[in-house]
Amino acid sequence: MEEHVIFTDKLTKTFGPFTAVNQISFAVEAGEIFGFLGANGAGKTTALRMLSGLLKPTSGIAMVAGVDVMRHPEQVKRRIGYMSQKFSLYEDLTIRENIRFYGGIYGLSVQTIREKTKKLVDKLELGAHVDELVLRLPLGWRQKLALSVAMLHEPRIVFLDEPTSGVDPLTRRQFWDLIYEAAADGVTLMVTTHYMEEAEYCNRVSMMVDGKIEALDTPGQLKKTYHATSMDEVFRKLARG
Amino acid sequence: MNRFSAFIIKEFRHILRDRRTLLILFGMPMAQVLLFGFVLTNEIKNAAIAIVDPSKDAQSTALIQKLASSGYFRIEKNLEAASQLDPAFKEGKIKLAVVFPPDFARQLDHDGSAPIQLLGDASDPNTATTLINYASNIIQDFSTQRKAEAVLPYQIEVQTHMLYNPELKAVYSFVPGVMTLILMLISAMMTSITIAKEKELGTMEVLLASPLKPIQIILGKTTPYLVLSFINAIIVVLIGVFVFGMPIRGSILLLGLESALYMFVALSLGILISTRAATQQAALFMSALGLLMPTMLLSGFIFPRESMPYVLQALGNIIPATWFNQIIKGVMIKGAGIEVLWFQTCVLGVMAIVFVVLSMRNFKDRL
Amino acid sequence: MQAIVVEQITKSYGPKGAVKALDGISFSVDKGELFGIIGPDGAGKTSLLRILATLILPDAGEAYLQDLHVVRDYKRLRSLLGYMPGRFSLYQDLSVQENLSFFAAVFGTRIEDNYELIKDIYVQLEPFKNRRAGALSGGMKQKLALCCALIHKPEVLLLDEPGTGVDPVSRKEFWDMLQRLKSWGITILVSTPNMDEAELCDRVALLHNGRILAMDTPAGIRDSYDRPLFAVRSADMYRLIQDLRHWPGAYSCYAFGEYAHLALHQSLQGFDKQADTVMAELQQYLESHHHTGIEVLRAAPGVEDCFIASTKDR
Repeated sequence: MEEHVIFTDKLTKTFGPFTAVNQISFAVEAGEIFGFLGANGAGKTTALRMLSGLLKPTSGIAMVAGVDVMRHPEQVKRRIGYMSQKFSLYEDLTIRENIRFYGGIYGLSVQTIREKTKKLVDKLELGAHVDELVLRLPLGWRQKLALSVAMLHEPRIVFLDEPTSGVDPLTRRQFWDLIYEAAADGVTLMVTTHYMEEAEYCNRVSMMVDGKIEALDTPGQLKKTYHATSMDEVFRKLARG
Repeated sequence: MNRFSAFIIKEFRHILRDRRTLLILFGMPMAQVLLFGFVLTNEIKNAAIAIVDPSKDAQSTALIQKLASSGYFRIEKNLEAASQLDPAFKEGKIKLAVVFPPDFARQLDHDGSAPIQLLGDASDPNTATTLINYASNIIQDFSTQRKAEAVLPYQIEVQTHMLYNPELKAVYSFVPGVMTLILMLISAMMTSITIAKEKELGTMEVLLASPLKPIQIILGKTTPYLVLSFINAIIVVLIGVFVFGMPIRGSILLLGLESALYMFVALSLGILISTRAATQQAALFMSALGLLMPTMLLSGFIFPRESMPYVLQALGNIIPATWFNQIIKGVMIKGAGIEVLWFQTCVLGVMAIVFVVLSMRNFKDRL
Repeated sequence: MQAIVVEQITKSYGPKGAVKALDGISFSVDKGELFGIIGPDGAGKTSLLRILATLILPDAGEAYLQDLHVVRDYKRLRSLLGYMPGRFSLYQDLSVQENLSFFAAVFGTRIEDNYELIKDIYVQLEPFKNRRAGALSGGMKQKLALCCALIHKPEVLLLDEPGTGVDPVSRKEFWDMLQRLKSWGITILVSTPNMDEAELCDRVALLHNGRILAMDTPAGIRDSYDRPLFAVRSADMYRLIQDLRHWPGAYSCYAFGEYAHLALHQSLQGFDKQADTVMAELQQYLESHHHTGIEVLRAAPGVEDCFIASTKDR
């Protein structure tokens, strides 16, 4: 059996009587862009939080980068990058200060942080703004910066929770360029999104409905299976049951 | 159904469905009164004391007997010399020491007077003062008895009467104090929080975009809390009367009207706060810092205003609670009527008008 | 008759107006029209809708709804206006029924009075009428909010991002409802960050950084796209996009669903004749870069292509 970067078996999370994630099982290979799709409240974020060691699973198995999430959440956190739409950067710190802070968290040396800051700022063409508060950056730039910062410690796995929500179409494309680039470098990316069209950009997608994975395949195969012309249609057919 | 009653019904539904708030609303006033009434009293019983009596004669024994049987003191140590007192005080074993001279009875018989030294542990000044007072009274009593036997030509007798509260019951000051506090708390804090909540949840946006007038929103939000505050006031008074035996010497009607006036002031303060606070947390913080603390500390409820520096007294004058505290004590304990309390009532009335005008002006009918 | 008229509206926030939310916006909406304000977060959609809903004051410019000025006549305006804010703004601890009758009373009406208008939507909510609003699904919440905004039969309906937080199925149903509401003569102004929803409006304005990039019918917007556009795909999307961007004729290339959309530098004028040649060249170029499963098609631009093109030009 080949080594999976992420592997889950009957992973479940309940909050009281409510089952947020219901026995999901899947495996993700290195360099894959894996999409988690579903309506609000379908369990995408909960699943992602369990895999990133932020939330203890109720039952089931989850292995991330060869580490058991249930037993060693701290080790998992060290090996992954995490970016969410809601919280990513400190708005009242400058770009440079944010990078320094996150570099510090992951124990990078001052020298490394300085080099990385320069590289990152050049790549995102933020040179003129490096000492400005994040608050003053347009949303799209912030999201691109947040992704780069989440990958500062060169994790092999990155979790992205609705990273492009509300971002304008052009910036969203640029954001996906960054995702593709990382995947080409062999980084595994798990992305949740509610833009069905973004599902097409993933190598494989899992469709979550009410905490369960109702379908998991490549976008092309899913459309074939459900006789649909778009992922939107696939989703609608799935949601109707 | 008209707008106003629909609003009130909605507001009562919010309150009744939020168990936690309901518990705070009704649980806290009762808990506070009972706590203040039972636990935080100024009376001290069975305080541990030490006696240093080198004379050990009939007179000193009789006095010690009198001290011990008063119920206020429990003799913890009988020491030989005053030098042994210091360690006892440091260990905290005793709160007071009574030191007799070596020849107490002889001095008393010969000179007609004898010194007794009272030493109090003033690291807790309130307790020390109280205990010294108790002890002095008992010793005074003892000497008066002896003088009566001795028949002297001139004698000044001091007669003390504690008016209105002869037993010095602490509850007499706590029940009015808690009532002042609770009415401020519920009327002002709850109103400001409930308005801020609508802002926080975004429902205020919809209400403002509707043809509702600001006054309708304000009245709709405040009326239920006015009712609840009134019920609470009644509960506090009932506990005071039936559990702690507090009297209501003045007119109950006057008490009700004055309370209503005070609540009106508090409500308008609450609305004023809500015009500034965008979130429930901000409203809570502002009312805790701006209303509760001054009410507790400066109104004379806990600390006597007479002993405050002039600046704090002046500050206390602009706090509605200060005036209401005087009114409620006057009505309940002294049986005072409006002919006595007219000034305080007028102050509250002026405050009500000022705050209502201010809060109406500041209440924006836009975001 | 024009139901909404907006003239040079400007609005800034922050110290000294540092953040310009709206920068001289003008447009008008006909009575009974379904008009879409399309733009990403931070484009100024919410500010615009709040100004029209009489909730905030513009720094400059005029706006009228049904000939009533949003600042001067705001009191009269409020009774003929239906507004649904971006966040779910109903009472979560009240039931569906209680919310609805409360808002009916606020507007001085009763549920029965305008029942015809909300009937279609309300029948779907009816099974849950005693459930607390907080326990409804995203789609149901949105339907209830729409009912509450419609309860007084408003002449103008302002909807701020009604599709956000709602699953695709409910979102589609929601748009169907809006189409039906038009038949009652209600003018609807709806904002959304989803470009694909532009097609569901009669006319749209594309909003970006407080300015209108384009305003027309969805078809008009699409027709204004003046570059040749191709949909290209191969087995490796990332490399495909990189290679296409390096192709000499390429103006821009971005992922669009399963294809990459490639826009050319040249103008659309007279391109049809060369199209086949260009496609053959493209095919060859990609083959020389070892792409497999190559597919090259002429693509019809969508509103999103137009939005990207006009933001890129700036």
